[in-house]
Amino acid sequence: MWARQQPCPKACSTRPVARRSRGVATLVSIAALIATWAVAALVVADQNTLPTPWAVGAIIWKEAANGTLWFHLGATLMRVVAAFVLAMSIGAVLGLALGRSDRLNSWFDPWVLVFLNLPALVVIVLCYIWIGLNEVAAVAAVAVNKIPMVTVMIREGARALDPALDDMGRVFRMDRIAVLRHIIAPQLAPHFASSARTGMAIIWKIVLVVELLGRSNGVGFQIHLYFSLFDVGHVLAYALSFTAVMLAVEFWILQPIETRASKWRRA
Amino acid sequence: MKIAVRSKNFSETRVLGEVSFALAPGQVLAIVGPSGIGKSTLLRIIAGLDSRFEGDLEGVGRISMVFQEPTLLPWRSVLENITLPTGCTEDAAKKALADVGLEGRGGDFPGQLSLGQQRRLSLARAIAAEPDLMLMDEAFVSLDEATGARMRALTSELLSKRGQSAVIVTHDVEEAVQLATRVIGLDGAPAQIVFDEVLDESADFATNAARIREMQRG
Repeated sequence: MWARQQPCPKACSTRPVARRSRGVATLVSIAALIATWAVAALVVADQNTLPTPWAVGAIIWKEAANGTLWFHLGATLMRVVAAFVLAMSIGAVLGLALGRSDRLNSWFDPWVLVFLNLPALVVIVLCYIWIGLNEVAAVAAVAVNKIPMVTVMIREGARALDPALDDMGRVFRMDRIAVLRHIIAPQLAPHFASSARTGMAIIWKIVLVVELLGRSNGVGFQIHLYFSLFDVGHVLAYALSFTAVMLAVEFWILQPIETRASKWRRA
Repeated sequence: MKIAVRSKNFSETRVLGEVSFALAPGQVLAIVGPSGIGKSTLLRIIAGLDSRFEGDLEGVGRISMVFQEPTLLPWRSVLENITLPTGCTEDAAKKALADVGLEGRGGDFPGQLSLGQQRRLSLARAIAAEPDLMLMDEAFVSLDEATGARMRALTSELLSKRGQSAVIVTHDVEEAVQLATRVIGLDGAPAQIVFDEVLDESADFATNAARIREMQRG
């Protein structure tokens, strides 16, 4: 749906260099973080409180080799994806409706505010009580936590839509689908992208809490299990593995989509 | 096409009074008058963008419009800026681009065009829609003298080549005389038609312009 491939003579030629130096900076910065951790672990010198990076690495290796890591990462990732898709689509529709209609907004703005300020924990507990200790409740709880945030961000975008382009669509009698695809969606894309960004980050953290409270698999469940055993090494192993998964999603899925969607700006 | 506006209000203020006229097929009508008089409001009524008025519109048919600003989709290619709003074929869009001197630019984005080129694209879009009636709202403002003159000549040529009916809103009498075959003057508060003049096609621009100016002075 976004712009097609285009040659871009001006901007592209300088970009690989900039990207490479940024990549180097990222690697050095991550290495420095791990080094700091290693030094701290050596100073503390207590494997139960703060294991060294290589000890945690060994745990990750072991859990990955026997398959448990993949099983739990997969379970959590499925919940994250389901809640994300649900929250983004419902939030986008609500945000667009509220942003386009002052009347709807004056009626539903208080609702948005209430849900925005409802603590995640309350939503999770209520979902488990009302829906039951099952997958539907888990995903619903996460989505309900995120929907108001997406709604607010998309609403801001919908309020800033260019009325002149609306007029253009009406004069040329473009149909509703075409207006949505070619006039409205591209204007909302930056708002959609930033709410997707913050959404991803928040959703996976809430998913862990949901798992900790009422699921028998997933990264959150594993962390809960090893917390009761006071096994910091396993807690770190699972937490870091899933952080790596989310960083991969950010770099290889979200960022490329954003780059493609904003290509016309750099042309 | 017939338009009969009896009244148009913005909150308490009556902007347009009794404004009625009919347009023959192929006629190019210019509406002139001081800025802020309600010319653009009248055009928006004809375009169907403003339905809160007292009066009737008849036989308007398919409309296209050249807006005051180019009003393009910056995230779509030049070619798609014609095909998506008008629903015309790619070939028709390419022909319209060639008509306004933008051949070969179809793959670019509007942001890569100069303001003059963007306005020509906006004109190409209006033509490619093959409308029964084309509307133009101060389509040549904020262009430099030379570009504006070229745009006017191009528009005039395209309108007469197609035998296109059009309503043009402008504050510039020269522009009105160059493009139109008939000029209506709006003035007063609420605005009303103060003159309705079919131009003498055998006379030159300067003579016609002088006549319209005299009528404007009353």
